[in-house]
Parts: sequence; structure tokens; C-alpha cells
Amino acid sequence: MPENGAITKAAPAASGGAAAQETKRQRTRMIIRAVGMLPVLLLLCIGFHVLSDGRFFTGQNIGIVVQQSAVNTVLAAGMTFVILTGGIDLSVGSILAASAMAGLIVSKFPDLGPLWLPAAVLTGAVFGILNGALIALLRLPPFIVTLGSLTAVRGAARLLGADTTVFNPSIPYAFIGNGAVTLIPGVVSIPWLWVIALLVILVSWLVLKRTVLGVHIYAVGGNESAARLAGIKVWAVLIFVYAVSGLLAGLGGAMQAARLYAANGLQLGQSYELDAITAVILGGTSFVGGIGSIWGTLVGALIIAVLSNGLILIGVSDVWQYVIKGLVIIGAVALDRYRLQGSART
Amino acid sequence: MSEPILEMRRVSKSFFSIKALRDVDLTVYAGEIHALMGENGAGKSTLMKILSGAYRPDPGSEIRIDGQPVQISGPLGGRAAGIAIIYQELSLAPNLSVAENIYLGREVSRGGLLAREAMQAGAGPILARLGADFTPQTQVANLSMGQRQLVEIARALHARSRILIMDEPTTALSAGESERLFALIRQLRAEGLAIIYISHRMDEVYALGDRVTVLRDGTLVGSLDKPDIRADAIVRMMVGRDISSFYKKEHDLKARPGAPVLAAVDIADHRRVKGCSLTVHAGEVVGLAGLVGAGRTELAHLIIGAVPMISGHVEIEGRAVRIRTPAEALDAGIAYLTEDRKALGLFLDMSCLDNINLAVLGRDAKFGGILDRDKARDRAKRAFAALGIRAANVGVAAGGLSGGNQQKVLLSRLLAIGPKILILDEPTRGVDVGAKSEIYSIIDNLAKSGTAVLVISSDLPEIIGICDRVIVMRAGQIAGQIRRDATSPLSQEEIMALATGTEQLDA
Repeated sequence: MPENGAITKAAPAASGGAAAQETKRQRTRMIIRAVGMLPVLLLLCIGFHVLSDGRFFTGQNIGIVVQQSAVNTVLAAGMTFVILTGGIDLSVGSILAASAMAGLIVSKFPDLGPLWLPAAVLTGAVFGILNGALIALLRLPPFIVTLGSLTAVRGAARLLGADTTVFNPSIPYAFIGNGAVTLIPGVVSIPWLWVIALLVILVSWLVLKRTVLGVHIYAVGGNESAARLAGIKVWAVLIFVYAVSGLLAGLGGAMQAARLYAANGLQLGQSYELDAITAVILGGTSFVGGIGSIWGTLVGALIIAVLSNGLILIGVSDVWQYVIKGLVIIGAVALDRYRLQGSART
Repeated sequence: MSEPILEMRRVSKSFFSIKALRDVDLTVYAGEIHALMGENGAGKSTLMKILSGAYRPDPGSEIRIDGQPVQISGPLGGRAAGIAIIYQELSLAPNLSVAENIYLGREVSRGGLLAREAMQAGAGPILARLGADFTPQTQVANLSMGQRQLVEIARALHARSRILIMDEPTTALSAGESERLFALIRQLRAEGLAIIYISHRMDEVYALGDRVTVLRDGTLVGSLDKPDIRADAIVRMMVGRDISSFYKKEHDLKARPGAPVLAAVDIADHRRVKGCSLTVHAGEVVGLAGLVGAGRTELAHLIIGAVPMISGHVEIEGRAVRIRTPAEALDAGIAYLTEDRKALGLFLDMSCLDNINLAVLGRDAKFGGILDRDKARDRAKRAFAALGIRAANVGVAAGGLSGGNQQKVLLSRLLAIGPKILILDEPTRGVDVGAKSEIYSIIDNLAKSGTAVLVISSDLPEIIGICDRVIVMRAGQIAGQIRRDATSPLSQEEIMALATGTEQLDA
């Protein structure tokens, strides 16, 4: 960025001031990026609260919002890993369905019942690793690979249940789908789904910001060629991020299964990938990779949930909800472009 | 040379509260080559962007063309004023043909359809005038860097530009291509064009400049006419202090080099590199010279495993090692500084801290993968101090630094590894004079401490200044090597003779 060079060199006498100003500007930019859409989320909440005559900020409604955002938050967390490397995972909705099916089928075996949860998560991880292997080892474009697995895994999900809905009213660990952790009896309780989602966000944050692997993920997304020359095993990083995305889609499938006591290979998780991608982009993660944070993703997922919930509360018809949500996706990408202009990348 | 073609008076440009240019005057006549010099960040690029219309000058600035005041706004404004810029990073569309590139934005159409034949016919004479050895139909992707530059110039001529600004045009060119470019620039001067020639390289300014204007810290230092152009005078104007050792560093000649550390044995990819062997000893700085396209960078990429080797092998400290990826090269103790720091080296959005520590994060980590942030911060701070990296703090993004500071950040990453072998590919490309000499002393100190250093450089004075021995490549092979000894220093002529394959070197 020659302009910056020119600026910092231009006035050596005042370079301390210029440098300080530069840091200040960078810090402001970072704060804007970090806070990102949080003000938008708050405005939406307040707006819906007013428009719905005070029905938004009720304990029950907030419970519904967080419960509805939980699965998407988990998917979006995985998607954040993928998009940070400059990739995309279109297959998470299908993987979620296949994992839920696998989980429910295992749960019906009398002896294996409790193993349904690891089975679901593992199913997701296996599909994710397959995605990652195709992308990292065969060097195929992520969009194409996951577009293929979007269709193929959907088919697999239907095959698993012989294209029927599988029920298990006595599925073990059903509490994670419908139970809540009581913090103050009768006053504050948090749905288990939401607890899981927050834990996923927390662990993701630790991995991204506090581990070597995390820095490598940002590096691969920022400049893949440079990462390779710097000695980073780019293939391993790529397989990891798609494995995480698959694994979390599997967890999302388990959460859905526990909530519904049932799974259907055809309908479950349809177009969930779009909500997950939207949440990530709304959260300020750059579509070209290298820039973004998991907290932003959490905010993004909440915005989507608030939007769905609020539009229903104020009585917007189903059709218009689609239109509005679609416009939000486009607006999010426009924001992404705008944000990139301010970054060091040229 | 009666009327100036371009006059800039009291031109200033501020970004927020910082003045990048302060009251700069510049007068350029038709039929002259006007060299513009100054360290990175002196304001050359800003001045150029004002002329191209990318930046608007501050109020009070005045630009006259042919004596008429003009307002240049937007890229079309520059073009309308008859100003064309040949950029450092070429701005051609490689997927299009030469003719399509020349006509880009001004396509000829008939009845709404692209008149390809007319465009090719129109491009032909211009290319012929420039002495191009390719046809208008050629796809730009198939051209060498020198040929692409011709296309850029052809585009400028086609737009009837009368002021041509060239920004470091020889950076990516081989010596032969540079010579041809110089002849062409002289031809254009004779045709009455005004050429503003921006360069870091003294020899080019010597060879070409009718006048030299020097900028420093956004202000005009002064201009020199042809008879007064002398290297020491220009350098003094540029840096504002005496640099007695501009290129040459004092060099302690090794009585005997250490043990061989890196040996490349008959390495080939059978395309750009055809069976090359070389050895670098501990504590030795070996130069790898040659024309651009001779296969030097490609050889380095084969050695570090960035590109698979078809035949040959690498020995480290006498033992054959198998290196298939850059990661394995690092494990074997070979660190490589890329020639293209923005595309292949730095992570521009990441902090200097992360950029510096990237290669050693795994080694420093606790519990097999948790970042040791204190250690990383310490390391980055030490690197800032040791290499004199100028940035507000270690947390700023690497992309915001000047070229010289970026290069030092990248170098710090390699030094953090503590490599046995350091391969530096054009270590001072696009780096200002001050940072250059700092990088030279870093290289010298590394060699003193026993590191084997291989320096790829197209800058012959640089190679001669810092190397104990020079290996010259030509057309994918080792053409020969020249050893420095007490009686005969390395000579530019000898290296060029090997690089070009001619006994005689035409100046």
C-alpha cells in the first residue's frame, strides 16, 4: 500500500504522531469490525419490541429466539472456519440430515441407544473429512465439491431411512433438545440447545485465537501461496476446517434429532447452509478469507433468528419474510465488499 | 525546449492531517527524459497519482499543460490530458490479445460488433514503430515481461499521450530487455514525447536522464541538469546525509570457507532448470546472478520443494535429504525469502507479530498447540529492535508498512527459525536506500555467525558488494562462477559476460 508508506514517511518529525494516528485508525477499524453488527442486532430487537407492542422482550420469546438460533449458530461456527480459509461449505444442511438419520437409527438399537449422539457427530465428521480430502488433496474448488456433496449426502440421508421419517419417542438424551438448565429456579433458565451453541462458540474462539492451528487457518485464508512457502501444511489445515464444519453439522443434526424425536432425510436441514453462510458474512468474516471472528458469527446467527422471529411477531407474511431475508443476504455481502476496502489488502 | 509541456506549481496533497506532498514544483519539457528519484515514501507515487487523476491535489496546487491550467480527475482525466502511466505492476489483461489490450476501453465496433480486424490493423503500425517482435493477435499471457511493457507503451502511444510516466520500468526486466527499453525511450524522446522516469537505480538515471529531480519526505529537494548528474550528489539529495558506503560494504574475506552446508546436485525440472549443481559453505555469502528468466528463482523453488524436482537431489551437511514441500525444507534448515513478498511472502491483513512468528509458532507452543503469546510478543519486539522495523507497534497489519519495513518483517520470520541455510531472492527489491544497507549488514552478520547464504539478485552492484562468490546462471544452467579474492574483486563485466554468454559486453 504505497499511500500508507508515503504517509508514514512523509513527515519524520511528526512520525510519532502519524504512527499514533495510524494505530488509532487501525484500532477504530478493528473495533468496528469486532462490534460489527451488534448495534444492528440491538436495533432490530428494540424495533421489533416496539412494533410488536412489547411482545419481543419476554422471557418466553427470548427463549424461543435463542432456541431457534442454536442449530444455526453451531453450523455457522463450522462455516466460519471454512470461510476463514477462503472456502465454502454448501453441504452442511445435507450432512445435518444424514447425521440426524444415522443418530436416530442407532438410537433404536436397544443396546446401542446412548451411542446415537456420538454416532451422529461422527457421521458429520466423516462427511466433512471427505469434503476436505477432495478439496485439499485433489485440489478441487470448494464450491464444486460441496455443491456435489450437498446433493449426494442428501441422497445418502434419504437412503439411511429408506426415504421415510424415523421416529424414536424414547431417544436418550432428549433433554438436550427440549430441556433447559435452570439458573435461578422459576426465573432464569437456559435451553440446553443454547448452552451447546455457546460452548461451540467458545471452543471455536479458543481454537481460532489461542492455538497455532488458528493462526494457520487465518494465514491460509489470507494468502495460501505464502502460507505454503512459510511451511504451513495447507492441506492439513483445509481438511481440518471441513472436518470441523462436518462435525458441527453432525452436532447440529443431533440437536435437531433430540428436539424432534425424529428425522426425515428429505426435509431436515433443507437450505440450512444458506442461513449459516449468511450468519458468517453478517458477522464480518470476509468471503475471500483471512479476516473475521467467531463472535461476529454469533451476532450474525442471532440477527437471523431475531429477524425470523420478529417478522412473525409483527405479522409479516411468509412470502415477504423470504424477500426480506434474501435482501439481508445481499446487504451482508455488500457490507463485506465495503469492509474490504478499508483493509490492507489491495 | 521553449515552452514546458507540463508545469506543476506548489502541488500539495494531504491525507487527513498528514502532508504526503508539500509545495512541489516540477517542470517537464517535450523531448526530455526527466528522472524522478527519492526513497520509498518520498512522494513519487503520490505525485504520479495526482498526474494520473487517481488523487486530487490540495487547493492551491496548480497544474498546467502547454501553459493551460488543467484539472485532472479520474483515470480518464489523465488520459484526456495526454498523460499515460506505465505501472510497476503491469495493468494488462493477460487473457486478451495484444490488440484488445491496446484498444481496451476504446474498442472499435461496427454496428455494435467488435471490429477485431480493424483493431489488429490499427495496432500493427504502433507495434512496428516500437520494434515489437510479436503480432497484435498474440495473447498477452504468452508474452515476457519486457514484451508486455511494450504493449503498455503501445497503448499509451495509441491514446496519443504526450507525457509518459514510467515507474521503475526495469524491475521485472532482464538486462537485454532493459537495454531495448532504453533505446525505445530514447526513440520516444526524439519523437518529442516527455518522459518522467521514476527509478531507484542510479545507472539507469545516468544512462537516460536529461534532468533529475529529487524528492524527499514529500518536498522537492532540487533538480540537476545533465552535466551535474553524479551518483554521490543524487544520493546525498535523496537521503539528506552522506552515505559513504552506498553499495559496498566492508567485507571480511574468508581465508577459508567453512564446511559445505548446502549442495544441490544436478537439479532439474527439465523446463526452466536443466541440471544445476551448486554448493554453499557455512559462513559464505554466494550470489546467484543471471538475467531474468535464467531460472534462478525456479532453481530456488526446486531446492525448497515448492515445485517438484524431476531429477537431482539436495545434500545438507553432506547427507542427501528428500525435500518435497517448503515445510520439509524448513525442517531441514533451509529458509527461503521470496522475491514477491506481497503475493508469496507476507500476510498483509495479519499483524507484524503474527507475520514474524508464523514459522515458529509450533515450536514455541505450549501443550502441543496453545499459542505462547508472551514469547511471540517478545520475539516480535526483539525483531523490531534488531532490524530497525519502523511501525507504530508490533500489532499493526503488515500491509500498512512501507516496502523496506515489510521486507524486514518477512526477513524476521526467517531469522526466527534460525536456519542453517538462507536463500534470499531479490532481498532488496522495492526497498529504499536506507533499508537496503541495513539488510546488507543483516546478511553480513548472518554469514559471520556461520549461516550459509545464497543471494539471488539482478542488482549487480549489490551482488558484488555483499557476496564472496558469484554463481551465474544462463538459460537454466550454471554458466560459471567467479570467486572473490584479495587481488581481484568481482567485476560486473565478468558476471554479465557469463550471464549473456558473450565474451564482450556492450555497455
